[in-house]
Amino acid sequence: MNTRASRLIRYFLISNLLLLVAFPWVGEHFYVGLVMNMMIFGILAMSLDLLIGYTGLVSLGHAAYYGLAGYLLAIISPESEAVSIWLALPFCILGTALAALIIGWFSVRTSGIYFIMITLAFAQMLFYYFNENTDLGGSDGIFIFFKPSVTLGSITLLDLDNHIVFYYFILVCMLLVYFLLRMLLASPFGQVIQGIRANENRTRALGYPTFYYKLVSFVIAGSIGGLAGFLEGMHGGIVSPGHLGWHESGLILMIVILGGMGTLYGPIMGAFAMIFLQDWFQEITVHWMLLMGVFVIAVVLFLPRGIAGLIEDLAAKLDKSVTDSNRPATQKNGESGDG
Amino acid sequence: MTAELILETRDLTRTFGALVAVDKVSLQFRRGQVHAIIGPNGAGKTTFINLLSSDIDTSFGSIHFNGQDITDLPPDKVSRLGIGRSYQKTNIFPEFSCLQNCWLGAQSRLPTSMRFVRPARLYDEVREHADKALRDCGLYQRRNTVAAHMSYGEQRQLEIGMMLATNPQLLLLDEPLAGMGQEESFEIIELLKKLAEDHTLILIEHDMDAVFSIAQQLTVMVNGQVLETGSVEQIRNSKAVHEAYLGEDEDES
Ligand SMILES: Nc1ncnc2c1ncn2[C@@H]1O[C@H](COP(=O)(O)OP(=O)(O)O)[C@@H](O)[C@H]1O
Ligand SMILES: [Mg+2]
Repeated sequence: MNTRASRLIRYFLISNLLLLVAFPWVGEHFYVGLVMNMMIFGILAMSLDLLIGYTGLVSLGHAAYYGLAGYLLAIISPESEAVSIWLALPFCILGTALAALIIGWFSVRTSGIYFIMITLAFAQMLFYYFNENTDLGGSDGIFIFFKPSVTLGSITLLDLDNHIVFYYFILVCMLLVYFLLRMLLASPFGQVIQGIRANENRTRALGYPTFYYKLVSFVIAGSIGGLAGFLEGMHGGIVSPGHLGWHESGLILMIVILGGMGTLYGPIMGAFAMIFLQDWFQEITVHWMLLMGVFVIAVVLFLPRGIAGLIEDLAAKLDKSVTDSNRPATQKNGESGDG
Repeated sequence: MTAELILETRDLTRTFGALVAVDKVSLQFRRGQVHAIIGPNGAGKTTFINLLSSDIDTSFGSIHFNGQDITDLPPDKVSRLGIGRSYQKTNIFPEFSCLQNCWLGAQSRLPTSMRFVRPARLYDEVREHADKALRDCGLYQRRNTVAAHMSYGEQRQLEIGMMLATNPQLLLLDEPLAGMGQEESFEIIELLKKLAEDHTLILIEHDMDAVFSIAQQLTVMVNGQVLETGSVEQIRNSKAVHEAYLGEDEDES
């Protein structure tokens, strides 16, 4: 991809961001809430993209961190008042990081189908634990009655109960995660994990203890998944075993693939598309699952690189047509083959 | 010549099921020399190199590098001790550019790559090493080309470039000329000669002219065992070797 085409993509992404910024002022209350959901899933999908698209680890248990963080928030939130975010956020993120460290320690030494199975098995263990645990609501789940408070001394910095404030809070979290991951991927660490994805044996032979790099990537992805779960716990006000079931893990995986692995922005778009379509299909038919299935199959067949791949192709085409029309006709002949 | 030992194997053995691919190989490699290993296909040459680099586990015996027992070290530790290798079957990062391929080699010489904030491209010392490796292997002009888009010969050059980027003292080269055209071969042989000035080389190669023009020491392997080892002159005049191996080549020419 040339630099001009990637600049086109950047403009496209920035204009999308502007739409997101403007949306709470024009959108209906319900849809503002829906977009919050989309952004939370965008965060979750980006964290899984770090594993799948950049480290080459296909996890089928990523919802474990998402759901676990929700439970940790429920555990640390008193029933009658709000917990301080300065306590709750580190508690939830460190808790999921620890879980990811333990699960990763066992799973990252396997690869391929074994890695898929072992991550799935760990997530299912957590699912059954919370499903059976009546102190935490069992299969009904548990409420989080108050959103954590963001105060400094006696001053309230952010009123997260305000719909619009909370919307921007989530948006800022999503942007922070995006740029954090961009930073990681550009760093020496990022070079190594991308090498692992491309050719792990050679990466090891070049002098990198790949196990530790994969483990760190796994823990970072789990922690960011925890952030998403923390936000979802606040947003939904309830966490249930369904949040960490394999349905949810499969959904995130599908979002990453639909959006386009290894692009970061693609999975965000995948999250928006998936949740939008889910909502829309549910409105028009009870057989919405069927429509979802058709959609997923169509994307996999016709857009093998996902939504991001489509955007890249369009940008390249647009760039080429602009270039061609600016060029004298005589020079055009030699370059007609773009099949 | 009695330069100090850089690498020594003692009864080094590797089995695959009932097959003994490398059979009690005890060899000594001296610093600064080029030591070639020749032998027919299936003799166990690649397996021997894989043992030295720890790409596969040793079944029996030991490997000593600069006096240290490295038999059970993982491949990344072996690499960081200063043993670099190239592969007979091209083993690169196909979707990366040449620069990125060599970059990973060069970056591995940082004390650690567990660094998360500063962009990798700002590490000037890494860039210098990667650029030097690209220049040495003759791919500097191709630095931004994606490896998968290059010719087979160029990919072989990159294979060597990645190894050089790790700045090794001891180079394990598994048929670096395999499948190369004449011109490319000539360039690589020149490069190997230059590298031989300040590195130790263990070279597996079928091209006898190349071997005789570069190597000082020569080992002939057959069926996983060392048939004969010594100076190039000794081996050239060895009757056993002629019968078992070199004979065929001489007949052709
Ligand atoms: N991974 C493996 N599994 C089973 N057999 C192997 C393996 N690698 C090599 N061999 C066998 O070991 C013998 C030596 O192979 P190799 O070291 O590649 O020989 P060379 O490089 O001298 O041609 C061959 O018979 C080969 O089939
Ligand atoms: Mg071989």
